[in-house]
Amino acid sequence: MQLLLALLAVGLAIGTVIALLQVYAGHFLGVLAFLYEWLFRSIPALVLLFLFYFGPLQFGVSIPPFIAATLALGFRSSAYQSQIFRGAIQAIPHGQMMAARSMGMSRVRAIVSIILPQAFRLSLPAWSNEFSSVVKDTTLAYAVGLNEILRHARFITERYYNLAMLAYLTVALIFLVLTYSGNWSLGWLEKRLRIPGLEMAGVSGRGRNLSK
Amino acid sequence: MGLVFDWAWLPQLAHGLLITVEITVVCVLVGIVLGLLLALGRVYGGRLLSIPCSLYIQFFRGTPLLVQLLMVYYGFPTWGITLSPIMSGILALGLNTAAYQAEYFRGAIQAVQGGQMMAARSTGMSLAQAIRYIILPQAFRIVIPSWSNELILMLKYSSIVYMVTVMDIMGVGNTIAARHFSFFEVFIIVALLYLALVFIVSQLLRMVERHVQIPGLGEHAEHR
Amino acid sequence: MNLLKVENIHKRYGKEEVLKGVSFELKRGETKIVIGPSGTGKSTLLRCINRLSLPDKGQVWLEGEEITHSKSNINQLRAKIGFVFQDFNLFSHLTALKNVSIAPMKVMRMKKEKAAKLAMEELERVGLGDKADAYPAQLSGGQQQRVSIARALAMSPKLILFDEPTSALDPELIGEVLEVMINLAKDGMTMLVVSHEMGFARSVADEVIFMEHGVIVEQGPPQQLFSNPKHQRTGEFLHKITELYGETS
Repeated sequence: MQLLLALLAVGLAIGTVIALLQVYAGHFLGVLAFLYEWLFRSIPALVLLFLFYFGPLQFGVSIPPFIAATLALGFRSSAYQSQIFRGAIQAIPHGQMMAARSMGMSRVRAIVSIILPQAFRLSLPAWSNEFSSVVKDTTLAYAVGLNEILRHARFITERYYNLAMLAYLTVALIFLVLTYSGNWSLGWLEKRLRIPGLEMAGVSGRGRNLSK
Repeated sequence: MGLVFDWAWLPQLAHGLLITVEITVVCVLVGIVLGLLLALGRVYGGRLLSIPCSLYIQFFRGTPLLVQLLMVYYGFPTWGITLSPIMSGILALGLNTAAYQAEYFRGAIQAVQGGQMMAARSTGMSLAQAIRYIILPQAFRIVIPSWSNELILMLKYSSIVYMVTVMDIMGVGNTIAARHFSFFEVFIIVALLYLALVFIVSQLLRMVERHVQIPGLGEHAEHR
Repeated sequence: MNLLKVENIHKRYGKEEVLKGVSFELKRGETKIVIGPSGTGKSTLLRCINRLSLPDKGQVWLEGEEITHSKSNINQLRAKIGFVFQDFNLFSHLTALKNVSIAPMKVMRMKKEKAAKLAMEELERVGLGDKADAYPAQLSGGQQQRVSIARALAMSPKLILFDEPTSALDPELIGEVLEVMINLAKDGMTMLVVSHEMGFARSVADEVIFMEHGVIVEQGPPQQLFSNPKHQRTGEFLHKITELYGETS
């Protein structure tokens, strides 16, 4: 559970930075940002975990599994989140930025006060998708020895052979509940923050076209 | 503190790569067939079919892949179904990707649906004929971007199967690394291998996409 | 025996009753136009006739066979009725030729070569022989609609239903579609058309049916309705329409 939150925090923070770099930064930084995103999206999560945990170990540096996992999965999530934010930022009409600058706001101020609040709202639907993904990906931390739930399940399996299915099914259902409640809360948040008329194309529901 | 590296590792890793690709391809094929059936069940199945299909989809999308894998590998034997590690891997991955693909197919079918279905039925085609000749050919084209995405995702997630002792890239990598205590080097190579795979596959898929484009129609429907 | 008989059709969408007891008949070779304000159920009526929508009450007969009966072979019956949609609804993954030939092939089980020949004839009849290999996305709205008429004709239907065939078209393109329809009427095709095109109504319709709020208010020959309507509403509506659209001959 803490892994989840730590991970998301890291992802959110870095993701935002990366997205901003991709959209607004100069050529060099922008390219670096794209590279970062491509790298962390294309390498499988497990491989990242191993690199972050076992890698340093080899050089004599021992990173606690929790930190390693948080960093590995956090960076990965940041790559996906940056994609989401970038889409949202680009969906905001350029006129907004122009208007903000015309009022005398500096670039940074405009981004912080005008662009980001809207971008975050637009991102919510896609972000809750990422949230679900991340929840499920935390199970991978099992590979480096973390993850209480799975270890308990394993323990049960070793003791009571024929309860294996039940044990894992229960774990599955727990995750199901977690994902659903998470999504539900995010949906609630989205409704609370919704500004009438502001929706990203393709995300809004399909309207019924009743011909006469 | 030098970096250890042995060229002899490469053939072993190559073998692992083959396994990885094999697993991915098979499980995605399973996913297509099952996913299509699930989607058709959801859209055209009436209440009897669409509810179980929907439940299946929600379960496999809402629960972690690893847990699904463990269920198949450890759980199924308690029901009398014992599968080899590779089979368990393919089954678990296949069941999982089927759920996601079902949703993509459903979106694609519903995108074509409506007007063209009415037109097809108006000429006297039966539901089956309309689905087969009008809806599906178009749905398949619409689905390609999301489907390519799914293929690449499965490529990466297939790494999970090493946990049930399958010797794919991860499995091989892990063994070598543990034996020589050279995790860093090995997994950098592993990472590079995956990157290369992802890149090649993306390019191939992009070519396929361009090949089946219908003149004038620029449908890039599904978002992921 | 009449070609088409529609009796007491009722249809409800949710709380709203869109058709409140509509009845009329169509003889072979007749062309009738249905006019009326938007939302009065005109399209719904057409879709009830080929059972794309099932009426809550009432029956529809085609040459004595009841379409609305649950045991009727609806696919066979639909093959005898052509339907032209406001949005064309051409099959976007098929060329114009395939669009026209696919139904004869699959529904009437025609051989491929024969169907292709038939499709070519129909395309030429609507003036699009040279566009046989084009895809819908490459055609203009007017051309697409003409292909869809050819598609309907290829099935040798007894009756063609037109659901506002020109409403989705740019003004310059309306003419070419109307021309095809006028020729069809002259050739003796039985047609039921929902449209706002008054000029068309005046020149080819045997009868004009004015509908409002789900019922037929008045029906009669175009000259009579236009110059001497029995109901006030009819006159009001016609006046507004001709004002809006001007006279198209």
